[in-house]
Amino acid sequence: MNPVLRLAGISKSFGLTKALDGIDLELFPGEVHALIGENGAGKSTLMKILSGVLLPDSGKMDLCGRTYCPDSPLSARTSGVSMVFQELTLAPHLSAVDNILLGAEPNQFGFINSKIAKSKASEVLLRLGHPEISLSATVKNLSPANRQIVEIARAIICRAKVLVFDEPTSSLDKADADKLFEVIKTLKKEGIGIFYISHFLEEVRRVADRFTALRDGRIAGRGNVAETAAGRMIEMMVGRKIAELFPVVPHSIREPVLEINSISGQKLPSGANLVLHRGEILGIAGLVGAGKTEFLRLIFGLDRIRSGKIKVMAVFGGYKPPVQRIREGMGFLSEDRQTQGLALNMSITDNITMISLNKTAFMGWLFKNRRRKLVSELAERTGVRHTGTENPVMSLSGGNQQKTALARLLYQEADVFLLDEPTRGIDVASKTAIYRIIGDLAAAGKSIIFVSSYFDELIGICDTICVMHRGQISQPQESSKLSVEILLAQASGTGAGT
Amino acid sequence: MKKYVSIANFFGPFIGLLVIIAVFTIVNPEHFLTPYNLKTVATQSAVVGIAALGMTIIIIAGGIDLSVGSVIALSTVVTALLLKGGFTPAAAGLAGILSGGICGLLNGQIIVRLRVVPFIATLGTLGIFRGLAKGLAGSQKIDAPPGWLPELLTKSPSAEWMVFSPGVWLMFILAVIAGLILSRTILGRYAYAIGSNEQAARVCGIRVEFNKTVIYTLGGFAAGLAGVLEFSRLTVGDPTVAMGSELDVIAAVVIGGGSLSGGEGSVLGTIVGTFIMAFLRNGCNLSGVPNFVQEIIIGGIIVVAVALDRLRGHNT
Repeated sequence: MNPVLRLAGISKSFGLTKALDGIDLELFPGEVHALIGENGAGKSTLMKILSGVLLPDSGKMDLCGRTYCPDSPLSARTSGVSMVFQELTLAPHLSAVDNILLGAEPNQFGFINSKIAKSKASEVLLRLGHPEISLSATVKNLSPANRQIVEIARAIICRAKVLVFDEPTSSLDKADADKLFEVIKTLKKEGIGIFYISHFLEEVRRVADRFTALRDGRIAGRGNVAETAAGRMIEMMVGRKIAELFPVVPHSIREPVLEINSISGQKLPSGANLVLHRGEILGIAGLVGAGKTEFLRLIFGLDRIRSGKIKVMAVFGGYKPPVQRIREGMGFLSEDRQTQGLALNMSITDNITMISLNKTAFMGWLFKNRRRKLVSELAERTGVRHTGTENPVMSLSGGNQQKTALARLLYQEADVFLLDEPTRGIDVASKTAIYRIIGDLAAAGKSIIFVSSYFDELIGICDTICVMHRGQISQPQESSKLSVEILLAQASGTGAGT
Repeated sequence: MKKYVSIANFFGPFIGLLVIIAVFTIVNPEHFLTPYNLKTVATQSAVVGIAALGMTIIIIAGGIDLSVGSVIALSTVVTALLLKGGFTPAAAGLAGILSGGICGLLNGQIIVRLRVVPFIATLGTLGIFRGLAKGLAGSQKIDAPPGWLPELLTKSPSAEWMVFSPGVWLMFILAVIAGLILSRTILGRYAYAIGSNEQAARVCGIRVEFNKTVIYTLGGFAAGLAGVLEFSRLTVGDPTVAMGSELDVIAAVVIGGGSLSGGEGSVLGTIVGTFIMAFLRNGCNLSGVPNFVQEIIIGGIIVVAVALDRLRGHNT
């Protein structure tokens, strides 16, 4: 069988960094080919080249034996290469049919023929096995899963030969992801070649036939999914043994510092209990939409509690606003550092000291030198690599931004750290650095709640782990007795909880 | 989709309009709801209404045009200058409309090529076009033989069967055309798509820059036509006319359910929004409500209309 798409020696540089270096790849019709790799490995650059957003510096692509050299998303789409994006790229105010045919409207003299449009769109939805999706429904009123199907429908409406999925399940829960995998199977049967980009290995193992691991812009390994162990795949991605990923800092667990008594939020969570001890790293595992973020927000006072009590420093109480929680020694790291955590165009110094400007001020007057000294100490402690503490946070890489956000909590001298997905979207080295900082904090008698949907890291660094599922939180379990499979089963509600 | 959006966007403002008419009918039973007064209101709303049709498409596409007041003034001046130079009223009127279209094209190009956000770009051209109008007119009103142009906005058209003045009919015809553009054509679909999610539009291979330019140019043509009607009302070219009327135009769109963040808005809503403001002004005048109270009421209506819109958005 001839490959539908062949890449030979694709390279791309941005300034001095080589994002891609001589990539050779073949994609066969009816094959699901996973591209795996850490952030910054070059997956998204490769995808942008495939979709015509970027032109490669060198190398050559063939689509069905003909030279393929797209210079815009439109030319990629008309050649038969379509994308399904990570962040949904639908127009929320338009209907499903309008979105499916966006950019490819059947028309006469600029007037849309809505009859043909409708029949085309419903034909595609039927092909995908989802004729129940209402064509006239406004997309913002559709469920996330159905939105994704609309997005896929749009991708294949122009006779796609190659589809590229970029982290398609990042905004879906388990049932919706299952729905998606069914759709992918259907597409496979039609002989469409599929690139599947993800860093969820469990998913890759489920849907993909072959995989290629990228690391630092090069191919670090490839093989058949069925014949390769998960551990081996991770090692290809990160380039080292798993044991080195999670540094162990010895620490001991002491008296309780935070007790949560059946608190409920407006929607999620419902009746959650939790006890956090001094020197403990407590993980909360759960899928997207389980209510983990909502739980942390309730504790920190960002949202109102509907019922229940929170005991901090031996005092029971109900809702308190963040200002008071901070005074009580709580520090909060939000899941989205770019929109909720940091002020991107302000300096590193400003971002770190924002939480308590009074510390380096007298009667509202800021002492520049004291601030600078404190900040450079903290930047060093957390390993923020910067070219000057007065530079905007925007100039830092994702990993260093996250370390800056963490440095703020150190500056605050928090006792209880509420960390929501602290390693999301950052490179492996930064992840390991953050694990080490967290370990050091625990050793210094701080308490940490570590929320994550990446279960390997929870097992790697937490003492105890609770699992959240639909707003319910499980009893704490010792992490040494858990595995990713057990956590996944509990998080998706299929396994027997303890 | 069209159906749901226009129903949702339409009913709120429409009920508001009925309430306003009812209140003034009760307060002022003998003068308010008379054929003569209805004609007056319709005539008064034609200028803002036509400019607002163009603005509707611009706002749906996630843009804004602050220069419409200046474009209207420029158009009256251009029309007057041509009439003065001996051109026929038709030629002068077309030149006025064309001058608006050129202004719109310029707005679009500044936004697309120089990548200036629409608010700032058109804030700049607001000054530029106003200055241009004053320069062309030598900073004074231009008297010109208006020919048949004043007929456009007369309250009692010579042909009895027309009931409303030709300008009002022009507004209604343009409303139908704008409605068709938005609901039936690719351009309209792209306007919604660009305003709703520009990134998505790009991904789908839509020529965002080209479509934006077309949309601003259409908006300019509408403002140019509004200027010709303004001239027919004044019968002089006045470079200082329509100062601040861009805010009335934007208010009409917003009261009618347009969202300044794009993706929402409808022609029907805009027309109702225009009439809400026109009836309020007229009713207040008839009932002897002082000018300052009118301004407070209209300002309040804008805030309430948008607040209701947000509440509705959260509930669904």
